[in-house]
Amino acid sequence: MDFEHVEKIIDKYEEKRTALISILHEIQDQYHHLPEGALRKVASRLRMDLNDIYGVATFYKSFSLIPKGKHSVTLCLGTACHVRGGPKILREMKRQLNIEPGQTTADKQFSLNVVNCLGVCAIGPVMFVDGKFYGEMNSIKAKRIIEKINKNNNKSNKNKKRNGVKS
Amino acid sequence: MRKVKSISDLERWREDVIKKEKEYETIVSVCGGTGCQAYDCQKVKAAFQNEMKKKGMRERVVLKVTGCPGFCERGPLVTILPQNIFYQRVKAQDVAEIISETIQNGRKVERLLFEDSAAHHKITSSQDIPFYRAQMRLLLSHNDLIDPTRIENYIAIGGYRSLAKALFQMRPEEVIAEIKISGLRGRGGAGYPTGKKWENCHHAKGEPKYVICNCDEGDPGAFMDRSLLEGNPHAILEGMLIGAYAIGASQGFIYVRHEYPLAHKNAGVAITQARKVGLLDKNILGSGFSFDVEMAKGGGAFVCGESTALIASIEGKVGEPRSKQIHMVEQGLWGKPTNLNNVETWANVPLIINKGSQWFSSIGTEKSKGTKIFSLVGKVKNTGLVEVPMGITLKEIIFDIGGGQQDGKRIKAVQTGGPSGGCIPASLFDLPVDFESLSQVGSMMGSGGMIVMDEGTCMVDVAKYFVHFLQEESCGKCLPCREGLKRMGQILDNITEGKGDEESLSLLEELAEVVADTSLCGLGKTAPNPVLSALRYFRSEFEAHIYQKRCPAAVCTHLIQYSISETDCTGCGACAKICPTQAIKGEKKQSHFILAEVCSKCGSCKDVCKASAVLVQ
Repeated sequence: MDFEHVEKIIDKYEEKRTALISILHEIQDQYHHLPEGALRKVASRLRMDLNDIYGVATFYKSFSLIPKGKHSVTLCLGTACHVRGGPKILREMKRQLNIEPGQTTADKQFSLNVVNCLGVCAIGPVMFVDGKFYGEMNSIKAKRIIEKINKNNNKSNKNKKRNGVKS
Repeated sequence: MRKVKSISDLERWREDVIKKEKEYETIVSVCGGTGCQAYDCQKVKAAFQNEMKKKGMRERVVLKVTGCPGFCERGPLVTILPQNIFYQRVKAQDVAEIISETIQNGRKVERLLFEDSAAHHKITSSQDIPFYRAQMRLLLSHNDLIDPTRIENYIAIGGYRSLAKALFQMRPEEVIAEIKISGLRGRGGAGYPTGKKWENCHHAKGEPKYVICNCDEGDPGAFMDRSLLEGNPHAILEGMLIGAYAIGASQGFIYVRHEYPLAHKNAGVAITQARKVGLLDKNILGSGFSFDVEMAKGGGAFVCGESTALIASIEGKVGEPRSKQIHMVEQGLWGKPTNLNNVETWANVPLIINKGSQWFSSIGTEKSKGTKIFSLVGKVKNTGLVEVPMGITLKEIIFDIGGGQQDGKRIKAVQTGGPSGGCIPASLFDLPVDFESLSQVGSMMGSGGMIVMDEGTCMVDVAKYFVHFLQEESCGKCLPCREGLKRMGQILDNITEGKGDEESLSLLEELAEVVADTSLCGLGKTAPNPVLSALRYFRSEFEAHIYQKRCPAAVCTHLIQYSISETDCTGCGACAKICPTQAIKGEKKQSHFILAEVCSKCGSCKDVCKASAVLVQ
């Protein structure tokens, strides 16, 4: 793997140790996880022990050492979402995707995450899918979002195949 | 962008900005907060931009994308000024009509106005809506007037005037005295007197000194800090600047949890702009005072809201708390004197300096001064952010502002104080809301989450929820919190699965006491509160689970059964179609029934049934 972006990210934060968490966030945004090579690079540039970098990378819940799926499905289970039926949606998502929170589907399409509060409590239960918030969810609406993504995926796969035949 | 090098520069700039704003006949403000984003406010904004361009109105009408005015549930929200017309649930397709009717012809679009369902009439201005009427919006009132990404908007409403006053008319000690007299207490939860904290940090030995703004708002169900930092970031910066001047700090940090991308972005933009105009960095307003602020980001760890864990996180370390025998104000970030306050606390500072401590202390109760923002959420009709004077009763907040019950189920409790707080039963709703009163009944103020619960909420399930939450979020450093919460969680799991026995509750209470007495940090010490308060007020629900193997609220899946009412079922078949385990049988147009042994109790049938024929017992 080429870690050119990692260098740029560290440059942007001027090798500051205080920016470690921000640096890791940007690496994760770029590579959908924290690759070992990238963490080694961070350790050497920030002149920190690799153990400490791993300590941070595994302590904070936002980080993942294994690659995340193409689509990120985050379900809020804060108190407000919980009392309005969040756990029911979680059960439905687990069934739909056949994975547990924190896991990624075998086809690397979906990652399911659970967070303790997204701060959008007034319109709970809330889901955050591929960068968009969805309010007042229930298990049926959540299922439809997944179905829609699957449908779009199938469509773009078909288009790819068709274009492939043409070329 | 112009440079502001003195007070007169600042005032001239303000005059120019106000003059320019007056050139516009109409201001359209569209809420761009995270809540309204979930309802596609970006499309509303784009529709206004297109329509205004098409009609050549951009010279006369200005579009502002503002912070959150609090009534998220009714979003997207649009306000037309100066007429002060408040439109709710606006969609992109409504925009052309708003422009032609309201802006061009001065007529209201009736269907977009808020309807008071009790009085059956439409309300034009937000301040007349019951949700807003009983509020006292000192901090939130600016959110819908300013575009948080434009410093000029903040300047126009008098921004940075308090900073100028502090820098040129007050000595640092006088600023501290003013905050002390005001009676301001920390809004993060514990309610420590802000002025006293500043004074201690001011006197602490060591250079440099730091100030930190804590926006790690981890309490689930609370989002006032997000809204403040998202909607009015310069007010927070101004508060930090005044605090830094009083304390003698040269560097500040704003720590934002990573779940708040917009707050992080807007605060970052505000810092860049303030630096560009000279309101941050060296020799601010020509006073000789220098101060700069950096952003820091969290990584999804609840414990980082605790001050010592937060500084470890800023230092780029694992967010583990340390013992507070040595106070942060003496040895905090990198071992230097550090003053940490919550977002809402900082937001109060410019107000106090501007209007004076006497004015501030005239609001609230004897020991709790000023206003407090609560996020009123859960099973209540009107949800959103409410700012009220301290001392208002829970009843006023939940029924007058919140509009009472949501869907026919009686409200039975409100949870305040997040995972460190507790559930307060409806019988105590006459309680005035202030730091002391909430603690007396076994809860606490916390950062301001107020989650309303009704008959459909199981209090054992809520207690279990908080214990599992804290167990997961425990950093694992000390044993009582790490192991104790795990065991408490197991006992509660057993109770909700119908495996509880007569010893469960006494064991639970004993463990709770040990965890509270022996944990290292505040997270562990207060962790048993939700369980203890639930036991104190809702013991009968625990007993129903243990002795009758019954969940009165019909929530705990092991103890409930789904069935279909023969008389109400229309035989539409929607439930059978949605059922993931094919547990529902029945002929079309005939009453359906559920095979209990196949049913996974997911509740999809209940969600989809239009005849409300699905029963849970």
